Amino acid sequence: MTQQNRLTSGGRIDRSKPLTFTYNGKQYKGYQGDTLASAMLANGINVVGRSFKYSRPRGIVGCGAEEPNAVLQLGATEATQVPNVRATQQELFNGLVSASTNGWPSVETDLMSVMGKVGGSMMPPGFYYKTFMFPQSLWDTYETIIRKAAGLGRSPLENDPDSYENINQHCDVLIVGAGPAGLAAALTAARGGARVIIADEQNEFGGSLLNGKETLDGKPASEWINAVVEELSTYEDVLLLPRSTVNGYHDHNFVTIHQRCTDHLADIAPVNQVRQRMHRVRAKWVVLATGAHERPLVYGNNDVPGCMVSSAVSAYINRYSVVPGNELVVMTTNDYGYQAALDWADAGRKVVAIVDTREAATGDRTEAARKRGLNIISGSAVIEVQGSKRVSSVSVAAISASGSKVIGSVTKLKADTVASSGGWSPVIHLSCHTGSRPVWNDEIVGFLPGQTVQKQLTAGGINGQYETAVALKEGFDAGQKALAEVGLAAAEVVLPKAETQKLAAPMSLFHIPHLKPTSQAPKQFVDYQTDVTAAGIELACREGFESIEHVKRYTAMGFGTDQGKLGNINGMAVAAKALNKSIPETGTTIFRPNYTPITFGAIAGRNCGELFDPKRYTAMHKWHVEHGAKFEDVGQWKRPWYFPKTGESMQQALNRECLAVRNAVGILDASTLGKIDIQGKDAREFLGRVYTNAWAKLGVGKCRYGLMCGEDGMVFDDGVTACLGENHFVMTTTTGGAARVYEWLEIYHQTEWPELEVYFNTVTDHWSTATITGPNSRKLLAELTDADVSNENFSYMDWKQITVAGVPARVFRISFTGELSFEINVQANYGMHVWEKLHEAGAKYGLTPYGTETMHILRAEKGFIIAGQDTDGSVHPYDLGMGWCVSNQKPFSYIGKRGMNRVDCTRDNRKQLVGLKTKDPKQVIPEGAQAVLDPKAPIPMPMEGHVTSSYWSENLGHSIAMGFIKGGLDKMGETVYYPLANGTVIEAEICSPIFFDPKGERQNV
Amino acid sequence: MQQYSGFGLLKHSLSHHENWQRVWRNPTPKKKYDVIIIGGGGHGLATAYYLAKEHGVTNVAVIEKGYLGGGNTARNTTIVRSNYLWDEAAHLYEHGMKLWEGLSQDLNYNVMFSQRGVLNLGHTLQDMRDIERRVNANRLNGIDGEVLDPKQVKEIVPHMDCSENTRYPVMGASWQPRGGVARHDAVAWGYARGADSYGVDLIQQTEVIDLIIEDGTITGVKTNRYGDIMADRVASVVAGNSGVIAKMAGFELPLESHPLQALVSEPIKPILDTVVMSNHVHGYVSQSDKGDLVIGAGIDGYNGYGQRGSYPTIEHTIQAIVEMFPIFSRVRMNRQWGGIVDTCPDACPIISKTPVKNLFFNCGWGTGGFKAIPGSGNVFAASLAKGEMHPLAEPFSMFRFHNGALIDEHGAAGVAH
Amino acid sequence: MFHIYCPHCAEYREEEEFHAKGQAHIPRPLDPEACSDKEWGEYLFFRKNPRGLHHELWVHAAGCRKFFNMTRDTQTYEIKEVYKIGEQPSVVAE
Repeated sequence: MTQQNRLTSGGRIDRSKPLTFTYNGKQYKGYQGDTLASAMLANGINVVGRSFKYSRPRGIVGCGAEEPNAVLQLGATEATQVPNVRATQQELFNGLVSASTNGWPSVETDLMSVMGKVGGSMMPPGFYYKTFMFPQSLWDTYETIIRKAAGLGRSPLENDPDSYENINQHCDVLIVGAGPAGLAAALTAARGGARVIIADEQNEFGGSLLNGKETLDGKPASEWINAVVEELSTYEDVLLLPRSTVNGYHDHNFVTIHQRCTDHLADIAPVNQVRQRMHRVRAKWVVLATGAHERPLVYGNNDVPGCMVSSAVSAYINRYSVVPGNELVVMTTNDYGYQAALDWADAGRKVVAIVDTREAATGDRTEAARKRGLNIISGSAVIEVQGSKRVSSVSVAAISASGSKVIGSVTKLKADTVASSGGWSPVIHLSCHTGSRPVWNDEIVGFLPGQTVQKQLTAGGINGQYETAVALKEGFDAGQKALAEVGLAAAEVVLPKAETQKLAAPMSLFHIPHLKPTSQAPKQFVDYQTDVTAAGIELACREGFESIEHVKRYTAMGFGTDQGKLGNINGMAVAAKALNKSIPETGTTIFRPNYTPITFGAIAGRNCGELFDPKRYTAMHKWHVEHGAKFEDVGQWKRPWYFPKTGESMQQALNRECLAVRNAVGILDASTLGKIDIQGKDAREFLGRVYTNAWAKLGVGKCRYGLMCGEDGMVFDDGVTACLGENHFVMTTTTGGAARVYEWLEIYHQTEWPELEVYFNTVTDHWSTATITGPNSRKLLAELTDADVSNENFSYMDWKQITVAGVPARVFRISFTGELSFEINVQANYGMHVWEKLHEAGAKYGLTPYGTETMHILRAEKGFIIAGQDTDGSVHPYDLGMGWCVSNQKPFSYIGKRGMNRVDCTRDNRKQLVGLKTKDPKQVIPEGAQAVLDPKAPIPMPMEGHVTSSYWSENLGHSIAMGFIKGGLDKMGETVYYPLANGTVIEAEICSPIFFDPKGERQNV
Repeated sequence: MQQYSGFGLLKHSLSHHENWQRVWRNPTPKKKYDVIIIGGGGHGLATAYYLAKEHGVTNVAVIEKGYLGGGNTARNTTIVRSNYLWDEAAHLYEHGMKLWEGLSQDLNYNVMFSQRGVLNLGHTLQDMRDIERRVNANRLNGIDGEVLDPKQVKEIVPHMDCSENTRYPVMGASWQPRGGVARHDAVAWGYARGADSYGVDLIQQTEVIDLIIEDGTITGVKTNRYGDIMADRVASVVAGNSGVIAKMAGFELPLESHPLQALVSEPIKPILDTVVMSNHVHGYVSQSDKGDLVIGAGIDGYNGYGQRGSYPTIEHTIQAIVEMFPIFSRVRMNRQWGGIVDTCPDACPIISKTPVKNLFFNCGWGTGGFKAIPGSGNVFAASLAKGEMHPLAEPFSMFRFHNGALIDEHGAAGVAH
Repeated sequence: MFHIYCPHCAEYREEEEFHAKGQAHIPRPLDPEACSDKEWGEYLFFRKNPRGLHHELWVHAAGCRKFFNMTRDTQTYEIKEVYKIGEQPSVVAE
């Protein structure tokens, strides 16, 4: 197949580099420099998709980000599939594999189109709200059919082989768009010494200049572009980002840029390269030089392949050397539309007619066309086209001066291409992202950027200035303004001289009238991708959807992947006409990020997989891994959960670990507990304020357990704090609560009690903690230290600074198991050393490593709570039966005191934490089971409270549990029932939560 | 009211759809109403509908400063479920769920309520304890739910990474089969059309600029377009803007308005048949009938009325989605937007009398208001009709923040949804 | 994403380093025991929540870890000023 629409010379393609690509399984040729769209047009491919509602054949309409139809599936392998790639923005590379996304069995012969033709009349906007309701049970079936029909491309089913990254950037000036305005701004700012970033979505800089034949200083514009780019490249502080779309403009001039680094090279990024990159830019000033999109006109059957936007026709001819047809009809409301005809004629193909909706326009381009002898039909419009997979002819008729109705007879002209121009819409998208509302301008017939609080400048097409000379000047001015704003001197720049064209006034016309009323005329598409027609918008208005937002939502206008770049203004115009309002009265059009779609992977960057969230390891982690530990995630920490031996089930391992602690000695890595160093002369006072219990009399060398509540009186953390010196304490927190507690202390100190002299420092990572617990723990410790660790010299709730295994250690004689215990804290980098020494010495004492699960069982045997498991933010210390840990004698009203005395906190029948003993001692109540008094009560069944902790206790030979029961502390000995999901009911007796060694003798030995 | 049906579509297609009636009138307000509802979002419109339909109170105006359903109703991720932890919340949301189940037929408007099920994933042992607790409570409260293991989760969501290789492997999930999604705009429009058909006046593009309060009793509102409009009872149902109305009434609320963002991918062919939510990895996703992956982001920490939040919040969400579904890495994000959510300290709403007599507030739905629209409107309407709070609404008084009887749903509310 | 000037570090830093901590200038009652439940509830939970200027408490969490106040427009997101704890704002919200 030859490229029948390719010209033999000209354009910015490299004919010496032919490329092969595949579309729907068939091979085609293109050239380096092509987009997939230009290569498709070169090969005469007309149908690139099917519309989703009516299954109508669709062709390429535009040449860039605005393209609604050419949305293809890309990817040669399963893992490299990319759905919904706009062919107009995808550079061609050798071996590119593409496919249309809709149509069955193929896009050329789509059986759904029969449905579209027959059923289409029953599918006005919002039809789905009016049907599929009966019978109710069939909705699932209806929905399955609807879902299958919707959607464009498909997700890959294998994981992405590519990698992505995020990069933070800072600059004085970020320039968005490298057309004439953007380049002039960049050149000016760069010469003035500013840090500049200039980004453009296209593969090369030049913007609209790349698409035409304009000259600058009498020479091809490319010469000026090349010179500017070359100069910009020499500045160290200038970053040039082609293939980079500025997609989001966020508050305080934070801007995101999506750079496609390798999508133009291959399906998959070359080795060691990232496929795409997100630049997160903080810019002192932003210059929006984003240009404008040409609007197509809305006329009958305007979606038949061959109907294009006129500037796109010019772009394909001039830039890609592709003439997308043979016989052209142009329809325009303004002078710019003539350019397509001039370019078409230059390319040597037939211009059938230029249909100008205005009477006797007299601009320079009009004159040029007249001089070329092109057939200009004034005061007329293409009211409809004929054809199905390609335009075959057009119907032209005279229209009234206001454009509201057809006034003349219809002439049919043979043509295969219609280029329409309804004027330009400034690309104001980014200016809307931070809440600025665009403002309608009658003169340019479009919306302009509105007031903003951002440090933002605009230049060129975005201001409705479409002449190159003006764009250059505005870019230059923006550059100078930015320089002045960042405190730099003005730069010397001589702008090139651009051609100037005299322009006649454009006509404000969007929707071309037809002989028939809109509701009966051939479909006049406003938004191609979402199949929204002028009739649909009129219907929406007729039904009472009068706000433009309602119209958009009811019709789905602007909800496609092109986000209505071509259609939104036309749709507003149709709605305005239907409602008898002006366009600004109808509302405005707000754009949200993204300007164009962004790969999820690019936004995620490196922050997924291994780097999704940091893993925190203790100094002994390697040992745990080597000894077969199973791990539990606690916060970001990896904590050993249990240490199964070969062939052991989890329960067997736990039983063994639990018995070892009670009968010999166990060892736990407790390094993850939060540790906060507290110093200052008011440290003690401070502790008294944040804990519920008393701290005034805690002596140096002593430890104390404390409960921490919020101002609402609800427990949120607990832990042991040791008095290291008169003005020096170290506080431990739960593993997961460390950061919160630390911030809690700081906020009270900094905002409420700055007069207290106290300092906090988080030292969690400074220490490694090995807890040895069990009857043999003292013997074991004694082997590794010269210090006297006898009960007389080192009693329960003491701590001592001693040497353990040759290393200075803080040893706390505290116990979370109820056994004789020592928590040995050493500098983290000695942690492994001490751990190993303990194991060497401990073997003969039966030293057994255990994990968090055994820790949980052992503490539950003792009725000790775990904040976060046995509390949920809705229980105060009295609910937990921990009134012993509350001091109401303290002079200062500690945090939580007032809260826990509110009416609801002191009422009867609050849920209280109790022990639970199952009637069948072998049964373990599942954690989370809900207690009821009468398991036969009807649903909804009144619930008494839930089980928070529940285990098999090998030491006791029966199950144990803790849980909440309404008024439970007064219900000792009473029976509750736990109805389970499997239909069984577990019966349990309410008891004290202290199941083992109720007098606490073992920890005191 | 013109009845909608497939036959109606066929009939109207013969006349080129030129004869469809208006869905609602565009009335000029009367001088006085029995009830004025400030706010024409889903909750306000549902309130008006049930007031008229179930209580015969039809002399009602809904005053909306923008367009109907244009606030959070238009900006949420459309998830419907009722698997809340505490009895008070569970009963309220389940009341709503039952209304959802016949809503399209009741309104004669297809709200496309799709009961495709909602999964709440657990990634830690504590997540699983909380899931067990909640599902057990749900079951005994008559709400459907099961606890699933990772294998069962994988069967429902075959394309999610349920392997051990992720940073926080999926340990299980709660599964509410009756949960799902609905078409958000249709809910507002369906209620609006229904309310209008009973004679409720829907007054759009009209802002309440002050309240008329005499001796501690509200008697009407001042508007920017129609001056004073009087009423026996006034109901504020303005979500993120509740603080603004409360200020007019001279009191503060236990509320803060935060930005909540959401985003969608480009439309793709069906790949995800249910709603997947993860508190821990912190993302949730479903796929719309149009094919978009609908993804909710987290709430921004600061107060904001700008209907936009911060980019890092979006980044974190997408990281979570890619972590859960690595195959979506090459799928592309199309659009993001933000709403203003009014959050209560206990993640439960306020449906309440206020210090001003005859002024009622319905607010504080935070991130979870959409699912509650039918239930909220229903119980609020009953409360407005009788002047006394409906039993299901009773626990949600704003005065619970005085006595401490909070209903802490942070666990079940978890991720913004 | 906000660009926030930390008055302690005397530098502009990215929002990601900071946490918003709610309404500023809510002193803890000096004598909590003297507060009624209503007063205590209001101290705990009831907030101004204005659309417009708002005084808020922020912390430079991933920086100097110090708290400070910010006056910010909750509609436009403009930061009017930042000031240290104990200082009074020069731009005052209603």
